[in-house]
Amino acid sequence: MSFMAFLEALFQYEFLQKALWTSVMVGIICGVLGCFIILRGMALMGDAISHAVLPGVAISYMFGVNFFFGAVLTGVLTAIGIGFVSQNSRIKHDMAIGIMFTSVFAVGIIIITLMKSSADLYHILFGNVLAVRTSDMWMTLSIGLLVITLVTLFYKELLVSTFDPTMAQSYGLPNKWIHYILMVVLTMVTVASLQTVGIVLVVAMLITPAATAYLLTNRLWVMIYMAAGFGVISSVLGLYFSFTYNLASGATIVLVSAFFFAAAFFFSPSQGLLWKSFKARKNRASLS
Amino acid sequence: MMEQSRLKEPIISIKNLYYHYGQANVLENINLDVKKGDFLGLVGPNGSGKSTLIKCILGLQQAQKGEVLLFGEQAAKFRRWDKIGYVSQKASSFNTSFPATVFEVVSMGLFGKVGLFRFLKREHRIKVKEALEAVGMDAYSSRNIGELSGGQQQRVFIARALVSEPELLILDEPTVGVDALSADTFYQMLKDLHRERNMTLLLVTHDVGVMSDYVTNVACLNKTLHFHGKTDEFEKVSKEKLSSFYGHKVHVLDHTH
Ligand SMILES: Nc1ncnc2c1ncn2[C@@H]1O[C@H](COP(=O)(O)OP(=O)(O)OP(=O)(O)O)[C@@H](O)[C@H]1O
Ligand SMILES: [Mg+2]
Repeated sequence: MSFMAFLEALFQYEFLQKALWTSVMVGIICGVLGCFIILRGMALMGDAISHAVLPGVAISYMFGVNFFFGAVLTGVLTAIGIGFVSQNSRIKHDMAIGIMFTSVFAVGIIIITLMKSSADLYHILFGNVLAVRTSDMWMTLSIGLLVITLVTLFYKELLVSTFDPTMAQSYGLPNKWIHYILMVVLTMVTVASLQTVGIVLVVAMLITPAATAYLLTNRLWVMIYMAAGFGVISSVLGLYFSFTYNLASGATIVLVSAFFFAAAFFFSPSQGLLWKSFKARKNRASLS
Repeated sequence: MMEQSRLKEPIISIKNLYYHYGQANVLENINLDVKKGDFLGLVGPNGSGKSTLIKCILGLQQAQKGEVLLFGEQAAKFRRWDKIGYVSQKASSFNTSFPATVFEVVSMGLFGKVGLFRFLKREHRIKVKEALEAVGMDAYSSRNIGELSGGQQQRVFIARALVSEPELLILDEPTVGVDALSADTFYQMLKDLHRERNMTLLLVTHDVGVMSDYVTNVACLNKTLHFHGKTDEFEKVSKEKLSSFYGHKVHVLDHTH
């Protein structure tokens, strides 16, 4: 099926439109938040928190409440748990992350197995963007607006506390609070991305577009816009491949974003591998 | 005569301060006043608690006992951090691969003043430029901070501390990694700030030469405050006292273990 056919289907089917809008929003949110996640060296933490929402989602299903609440609860509790373990023992931060999130994730898997609905599990883990409901779309939009508002209002605070935490503290900025607010936002973004990419691959959407942008610019604000842009393009193209070849949307979206990353990795004018080796060869040639 | 009465106002006032990391006492019974217009040099051997004292002053660490007053207010309640500029001992606490230009890094020093609005106004940009000129780094303003040498980065952080025109400037070994000539220029600049803008300065240094040339007051710290007074008084006692004071460190360690 060609791209034209995809466009036609897009005009025809409402479910596809919902999927498209949701993917676009998820691409933006993940790109923006991802910039701060990678610059704060929290890629692993992002992975942990996105996995840690699983038991929350499962319990919410069990009690028939919106899975937003359960997800935020277990996500934030895990973040606090990680902080508690690493601050009160000689266990390092990355060890604490590894221990806590796998345990929480395991609990989630057991709860879902007990619920005996493996179809749900599959969709939660890997995403199913074509089954996005209207309510999901609105939730994604609200979370997106919240993230963008927070980043706009507190851009300076985020910038300083990410760049130099000690200095931020000496300006009277509450680093701890900023960290935990980011964790809360991270769980919300994970929830927003559940339908499109699924728990297992959320972290890719957070990190890959932001990392691609990071290779291409030296300015934070440019990086944020670029990351959002790569997020959107990956989501839309991923959706197209998912729809056309009947593949899991999470996987196709992540692969497209990985493709962009690879392109930036080799061809970036300042950081790209090809340019670097090219320049090195030229330098050597001019020296000899 | 306004000036006279203001001269007496303590900018920093430390009373009966104790600090320990775990079991180890690092600061004991520190009493120290820094008055408006002072240029205080804080000296002491490695591990004597200088940086810890600075962190207690800035509220980065909470002392277990005693209190710190900043501009007459308790440090815990103090909110006017834009009045204080700080250059930490290891500027490497910052994220070296961060996508920010030198200009942006310096303008971070203004964020306390700019408030919630995101963009810097023209007057702010001029201030940033002036601060960069003052440390001789204006030619680098659009370079990425991670691409500078350690000494150049240190100068940028000094500019960041200066840009908000603080009333109190606290510098923890600011010239480590800065070459001798630049260090001289830098101390000269501190002297000018002190004289012309009547800025209050607290400088941690191992460079005793700086002491006699620039600072007005000296404090010697090694767990407790061993000396605190005017520079000329310090010079009278300095030679023997200084060596015994630095030699003392070994002695102290023997007792604690
Ligand atoms: N985070 C920490 N945990 C435990 N002990 C610490 C910590 N930081 C400092 N110390 C101890 O406190 C003492 C004082 O350290 P501090 O950094 O204040 O010394 P300093 O006078 O600034 O030394 P230097 O001249 O090397 O900068 C040292 O004995 C050090 O071992
Ligand atoms: Mg020190």
